[in-house]
Amino acid sequence: MTLSYKPTRMEMTALKKRLVTAKRGHKLMKDKRDEMVRRFIAYVRRNKELRERAERMIGEAMEAFVLARASMSAAEIEEALCYPASGAGVAVGVDHVLSIEVPKFSFVRSGDVGYPYGFMTTGAELDEAVRRFTEVMPILIELAEVEKTCNRLADEIEKTRRRVNALEYVMIPQLEEAIRRISMKLEENERGNLTRLMKTKDMLNAKEQSG
Amino acid sequence: MADIAIIGDRDSVLIAKAAGLDVYFETEGERASRLISRLAREGVKVIFVTEPVYAACGEVIAKYRSETFPAIIPVPDGSGPSGVSMAAIKANVEKAIGADILFNE
Repeated sequence: MTLSYKPTRMEMTALKKRLVTAKRGHKLMKDKRDEMVRRFIAYVRRNKELRERAERMIGEAMEAFVLARASMSAAEIEEALCYPASGAGVAVGVDHVLSIEVPKFSFVRSGDVGYPYGFMTTGAELDEAVRRFTEVMPILIELAEVEKTCNRLADEIEKTRRRVNALEYVMIPQLEEAIRRISMKLEENERGNLTRLMKTKDMLNAKEQSG
Repeated sequence: MADIAIIGDRDSVLIAKAAGLDVYFETEGERASRLISRLAREGVKVIFVTEPVYAACGEVIAKYRSETFPAIIPVPDGSGPSGVSMAAIKANVEKAIGADILFNE
């Protein structure tokens, strides 16, 4: 597809300016993409590592919980876990990775670390499950941060790559083509003009000689 | 209201109550989706969902993917990791880089 422009010098100057801008934008965007990919790789490695660790630890906690459920009645468990002793929260901030907003979480524990129940009706298995699960919380929060960052980066990389490609394969070739066409048209006009002048001169000369 | 919530089946997520999380028992896709939307509107920052719920609520999770908050994170449930979350990481890598360079399988 080619763009249609009026073959004038003014149009051509404007197009040349646009081409320069497009090329500069393309270079910047490409650099941005490369840097994002570099950071993404670091983040996603960490993501994988954290996820593996979290999955293992949650697995252990769940195992312990299954044992606890087996040795206590459902009502007893419900009662024991009903009121948490410690509150869990996150301190939330916003970080910027190459002007992409990513969340920053840090785990905040309020209250004392302990078991939220008396030891009357509960078994040691439940203690174990609760302990393991509390241990995994900071890792889960870090995982949340890293995974969200990865999601955001992946989206953004895709968008940037589309823009880079649009500039590289559509915008810039189209502009170059339009400029080439206009300059050809202008040259053609120039030549036409010259020929006309020469022709007129010849005709005038011939008239002079005969007259 | 805590900043962290967890959604899943009763047997798996009850334990999270002891750690001080807001626990919601929900496994049915439609209702879980609505619950996620509601929690997000209420400003919960981190929502953990068990992997079956994560798989069932793809649409609403995709909606919040491109926003900074909330972070919706799949966690394995009582039956162990199903591979859904690893697949999500893998999809990210493929999306960003074009080829899978992490897992090499």
